[in-house]
Order: sequence, then structure tokens, then C-alpha cells
Amino acid sequence: MELLVQGAAQALRLLLSGDAEVWRIAWLSLAISGTATLISLAVGIPLGTLLALARFPGRGFAISLVNTGMGLPPVVVGLFVTIVLWRSGALGFLELLYTPTAMVLAQFVIAAPVVVGLTLAAVQQIPSQFRLQLLALGASRSQMIWSLLKEARLPMLAAVMAGFGAVISEVGASLMVGGNIKGSTRVLTTATVLETSKGNFDVAIALSLILLALMFFVNWALTWIQQGRRA
Amino acid sequence: MLVALTSLSLAAPAQAQSNTVILSTTTSTQDSGLLDALVPLFERKTGLTVKTISVGTGQALALAARGEADVALVHAPSLERKCVEEGKMRNRRLVMYNDFVIIGPEDDPAKIKGTPKAVDALKRIAETQSRFVSRGDKSGTHVLEQGLWKQAGIEPKGTWYIESGQGMGQTLGIANDRRAYTITDRGTWLAFQKRISLPALVEKDKPLLNIYSVMEINPANGPRVNVAGGKAFADFMVAPETQAVIRTFGVDKFGQPLFVPIAGKTNADFQ
Repeated sequence: MELLVQGAAQALRLLLSGDAEVWRIAWLSLAISGTATLISLAVGIPLGTLLALARFPGRGFAISLVNTGMGLPPVVVGLFVTIVLWRSGALGFLELLYTPTAMVLAQFVIAAPVVVGLTLAAVQQIPSQFRLQLLALGASRSQMIWSLLKEARLPMLAAVMAGFGAVISEVGASLMVGGNIKGSTRVLTTATVLETSKGNFDVAIALSLILLALMFFVNWALTWIQQGRRA
Repeated sequence: MLVALTSLSLAAPAQAQSNTVILSTTTSTQDSGLLDALVPLFERKTGLTVKTISVGTGQALALAARGEADVALVHAPSLERKCVEEGKMRNRRLVMYNDFVIIGPEDDPAKIKGTPKAVDALKRIAETQSRFVSRGDKSGTHVLEQGLWKQAGIEPKGTWYIESGQGMGQTLGIANDRRAYTITDRGTWLAFQKRISLPALVEKDKPLLNIYSVMEINPANGPRVNVAGGKAFADFMVAPETQAVIRTFGVDKFGQPLFVPIAGKTNADFQ
């Protein structure tokens, strides 16, 4: 208990004293996971909408794949991305391993199925009559899809939160593909692991609290958008 | 979020191969903070960027053997010699040492306190079936422990023998909670003094020396090995100025140095 209080005090001290290292680590976490989430949205929303609306052979199989992907173990993703990015791997010539870009790639693989799956669910829960009405009122196909997405925006913000939450809190893949390199690929979760293994429990607790605060503020902003627009 | 995108492109500068050295090393060099002290010196001196990948010695050597690293700094002489013989690694040079200690519960159920030989202590732990926590992760520490069991002629198994599969810090935590014996490098044990109440029971035996060496990677191991960069880092580790930094490292934090520099010596000097 005394350790937790010490950790909280340490967290405040690190943040208020403007500890450059801690701010950089926090910023890097936000930048990497934010970018990975954005790319996941760019890919996942169209894909999820397509899966929700289109009818094609193998659709059920594709949806099962997506649902499985929503629970992809980060260490498994980390291992495969590492092997692909190795110098001897298929994408070795890009020399991306142990860079923030590699971490974005791994986190994208983790977040994309979450976004696809939740978009699929969000679009599907709109009654099909609504779609037919739109078409009957003379909406074009793209106008119809746009209206559907507008209608589904509340649950889709949940997709954003879930995707972002999955990757910013993930440690296995980031450690493997990023290497936890100081000043370059060290993020809040990997730094927490390192400080714990160094025995600096107070710093580890401080980093954890900063991570929780960061997640809270991002979700708070998203919730504000979600709920605020509704009013 | 757009800002996040732009800043990321700044954070990930284009990777110019010849400017980057991938150092494959063990957790102890990183956890002790030694590399945080040495790497910036090297980078300032050479203009190269070092990517330190700190994993267990087994994995560090495996990465190096695949050409996924440019230089290795590890502590498992038997494995290292095998890698050199197989031609995977070359120009093995000793850098520094510290030592391992056998720690355990104060009441010492196996009565090993003060035993001069580490092997005898392990024999007694096995005979009395006293709990022992092993790293079990092919780290340098685990390799040394396995060597000692082999010398003792014992194959440790049973409920008393716990394999943690984790780093030294976590393993110390488990040993502390379970009131068990374990083998640890002195540096990590010192760093955990505040949290670990297990005293050192056996120390200063020659087989407990923990010798670190640096090796260059055979470029035939894989594509794109940075040979010049790897050699530059290896040379740096044994340079007199670097060795001087190692000699005093840790004094401010632990009141004693964590490593003894030994560049220029050979294994024969420690047998």
C-alpha cells in the first residue's frame, strides 16, 4: 500500500518536473497507438461495412475470421511481424524492425480486426427497413452507405475506443518488434516492464498511472464527442 | 491524431543501414543501467546509432547466429565458444566480470551457508529437497546453473525445483515469496535489496564468476549484417576509456562497482 502511494507521488513528481524522458515515452505511446488506430479505422470501416452489407459466398467464414482476429494474442502478432521484418525475412529489405513504424504495423494488425468486427456489428444492428426506405426515397448506393455510417456512428466510436485501448495497453508485440529502445521505441507499457525488472517499482507504478491517465483522457474526449453530438 | 501521424514520421527517421548497429545483449547489462551509460558515449564518438536488443543470452546468441544483430555482448562462455567454433561468431574478447551468488532463506534448511564450493551447496539443496527457483530460460544465469548441476551429477527435478521462465528480477521475487534458494548475479541482487530479504549464502567460488564477452557476427550468417559497425562497438567495449567507465560504474548507486573490467585477459586467467 505504501508502495502505491510512493508510486503515485513519483508519477506526479515525474510529470510536474517535466521529466523529458517520461513525456517523450508518453507521447510516443500516444503517437504510435494513435497512428495504428487511425490506419485501422481507414481500413476497418470500409471492410466492416462491406462485410455487413454485401452477400457473397464465404461471407460467414470471413466473419468468423474477423471475430477470431478480435482476440489475436499480441505476442503471436509480435512474433510473426518480427519474423517477417527480420533482415532474413520477407520484408527485411525495408529495415523496419526495432523502429516505431514496425510497432505501428504490429498494432495495426491487432486493432484492425477489432475495428472491422465492431463496424460490422454497428452497421448490422440498423434495421434493414431503414436501408430499403433510403433506397425507396431515391438515395444512391453511396448516399445510403453514408447515412448508415452516420446512423452507426455511436457504436463505431466504441470501435475506436476498443481498438485504441487494445493497442495502447499491449506490451508483447511492442516489446518484440520495437525492442524497447530508449528514446526510440520505448513506450509506457514496455518501460513499465523494464522498470519492474530493474526493481524500480515506484517508477513502474508511476508509468502505469500515467498510462491509465492517458487512456482516460483519450476515452473521455471520444465519449464527449459520442455523447455530446447526440444531445 | 493527425499531429500524431506527422510526429511519428519524425520519430522514425529513414534507416540508413551503415549508421545503425544492432547490439544483441542480455538483460543484466540493460537492467543494471550500464548500457545507458556506455551507449551514448559510443554514439557520440562514432556518430553511429545503437539499437540495443536486450534478451536472455540464449536468444541473444540465436539472433546473432541468424545475422539479425551486428554485435553480441553476452555472458555464457560455454555457449559462446560453441558459436565461435561453429563460425557463427568471431573475435570473442572478454570485457568484464561480476559474480553470481547463491541466496536463500535466512533459516537455511539445506545448511549451505559458508560452503566454499557452489557445487556442494547445490548437492545439499537437492538432497534435502529444499525449494530452488531456476530461471529456466536459457539465459546466461540459467546456463551457469545447469553447468553446476551437471558438475554435481544431479538432474534437478521434482516439486522442489521451480522453473520461473522469467527474468532475474521476477525470479528473485518468486524466490523471496516462496522462501527458496536461487542463483543470481550480484548486480541484480543488489538492485533488489529493498525488496528481497534473502541473504547471500555461498559466494566467491571460482565457478560463480560471471564473465561477459563481446563477439562480432560472421556476415555469412544473414543478409545486411553491419560488419564495420559491429566491430566498432566491440572495439569500443574493450577500449581503455570504456573500461575505465566500467570500473567505477554503480559506485554512486550501490556503494560498490557492479563489474570488473578485464579487457585483454583470456578465460585461462580465470580457471
